[in-house]
Amino acid sequence: MARSVTTRHKVIATVAAWAVALLIFFPILYTVVTSLKTEPEAIAGFNLIPSFTLDNYVTVQTQRDYIKPFTNSVILSVGSTILALIIGIPSAWAMAFSPTKRTKDVLMWMLSTKMMPAVAVLVPIYLMFRDFGLLDTRIGLTIMLTLINLPIVIWMLYTYFREIPGEILEAARMDGAGLWQEIVYVLTPMAVPGIASTLLLNIILAWNESFWTIRLTTATAAPLTAFIASFSSPQGLFWAKLSAASTMAIAPILIMGWFSQKQLVRGLTFGAVK
Amino acid sequence: MGSITLDKVSKSFGEAKVIPSIDLEIQDGEFVVFVGPSGCGKSTLLRLIAGLEDVSGGRILIDGKDVTGNAPAQRGLAMVFQSYALYPHMSVRNNIAFPLKMAKVDKSVIDQKVKDAAAILNLTDYLERRPSQLSGGQRQRVAIGRAIVREPSAFLFDEPLSNLDAALRGTMRLEISELHNQLKTTMIYVTHDQIEAMTMADKIVVLNRGNIEQVGSPLDLYAKPRNLFVAGFIGSPRMNLIEGDFARSKGAKTVGIRPEHFDLSHEAGLWEGVVTVAEHLGSDTFLHVEVQGIGQINARTDGEFQARHGTRIYLTPNETKLHRFDEQGLAI
Repeated sequence: MARSVTTRHKVIATVAAWAVALLIFFPILYTVVTSLKTEPEAIAGFNLIPSFTLDNYVTVQTQRDYIKPFTNSVILSVGSTILALIIGIPSAWAMAFSPTKRTKDVLMWMLSTKMMPAVAVLVPIYLMFRDFGLLDTRIGLTIMLTLINLPIVIWMLYTYFREIPGEILEAARMDGAGLWQEIVYVLTPMAVPGIASTLLLNIILAWNESFWTIRLTTATAAPLTAFIASFSSPQGLFWAKLSAASTMAIAPILIMGWFSQKQLVRGLTFGAVK
Repeated sequence: MGSITLDKVSKSFGEAKVIPSIDLEIQDGEFVVFVGPSGCGKSTLLRLIAGLEDVSGGRILIDGKDVTGNAPAQRGLAMVFQSYALYPHMSVRNNIAFPLKMAKVDKSVIDQKVKDAAAILNLTDYLERRPSQLSGGQRQRVAIGRAIVREPSAFLFDEPLSNLDAALRGTMRLEISELHNQLKTTMIYVTHDQIEAMTMADKIVVLNRGNIEQVGSPLDLYAKPRNLFVAGFIGSPRMNLIEGDFARSKGAKTVGIRPEHFDLSHEAGLWEGVVTVAEHLGSDTFLHVEVQGIGQINARTDGEFQARHGTRIYLTPNETKLHRFDEQGLAI
């Protein structure tokens, strides 16, 4: 007998799903709500009904220029993602289609660098940045973000490429395609869904990266993460303004994530179910 | 032109020697079928010729030119894969045009060639479709189309029909044979299906464990199998292989009798047996008979022969059609 899905089951499942979703979404919601309160309201305690003031946004924008860190965030996340893809696609191609005995080890080794606490290499990285004149530069941070996300990019692309039948690439080789043509005309178009979700995920990761972006910048290259941070320390606890800054910082990526969620979900579960 | 010579070609994967050493001559325009059980090295041999695998030793010559070190594209061969290996993101037109685009052929020439290929293969109405919108037979025709536009010196087919259902396989078999008659280009065809081998080949190469057991025309192999392996592999149903007193009386270790080389009778004959299974196809009757002192015998006769489970019948092997094999399994 097939499993009977009764209306009651459906209702319970729906309620549970909504509860979990709300739980996860609540911090974001409360940040937005707080940003619409006055400062006294914000520190008064838990309250979900704000007075809907936009003063905080005005103050944040007049105190600090929002456009500059926003531009930096876009340049850093998009730039580092493109750079990571340029390195990652050929690397993943090589490992997926010409694996050697050590390919698995190389992949694990790359991933293991993600398990290391970033702070462990803060001093050497800082010194290198200082000596190469990369502190507080966009190019320096782009390279840094590329490097820290590269293992994930290569892993994701590797998984996608593994799903592409090798015979199709052999057919391309028989048809006269060289290595480059094989990658450009056959492999990449077939891997577009995979590359797209890798790209989206990497943009989100780079956008949200705060450890290095805060520590390696001061003003010129500071992205939105540093913009939020600047509201928390020097001026004490101005919750409402901090929330307004946070809302402004996460809004763009939240909107992008909303519109691309189908692609993202497919990307994250790819290969899990045949 | 498309004559292919294999000169002591060998292939190992790590420790495993898949092909010890093979010498083979394929004439221009021949339809050659590599046949053998799974794991016999037939696909590997085809991939070595294609250049998709590197040889471990020996040389491969195409039209007398050594191509052993050449990349697949430089060998001037075209291949049709078992899985069709079409480019899923391209239309049928672009799939067929792809090798020409890679060769930087003029656009007007490409259009003309694609049109011609589509006409030969009945694909004209499907040129704008994606492979996913085609049936299995149509996909296979696109794969063939992609191969013929290049005007290769030889076609390589790697079990191209094994993903199709039985009826379609029969049709495609005819189409490929017709294509060969039309193009007169060398074709090398790998299959484990000996019916495909028998019906299509000019020359069959029987492979077993990476070695060539016998090379010859289909009827050569049928009439004069060189050894027990070929005798058992070629022909359907399988040849009956009989050992013991009967074989000794014929001066052999093993005697082979094809199922169609028995006279069947309800009254009298050399051997008496009881039918275990009878298969009536109308055109033929296949009988599985348990014969005392001989064992299980497969027999085939034209038309209808009245018998069912338990029927007692008599079989007389046709003395002139016996195959005799010695201790080593070689034909005497």
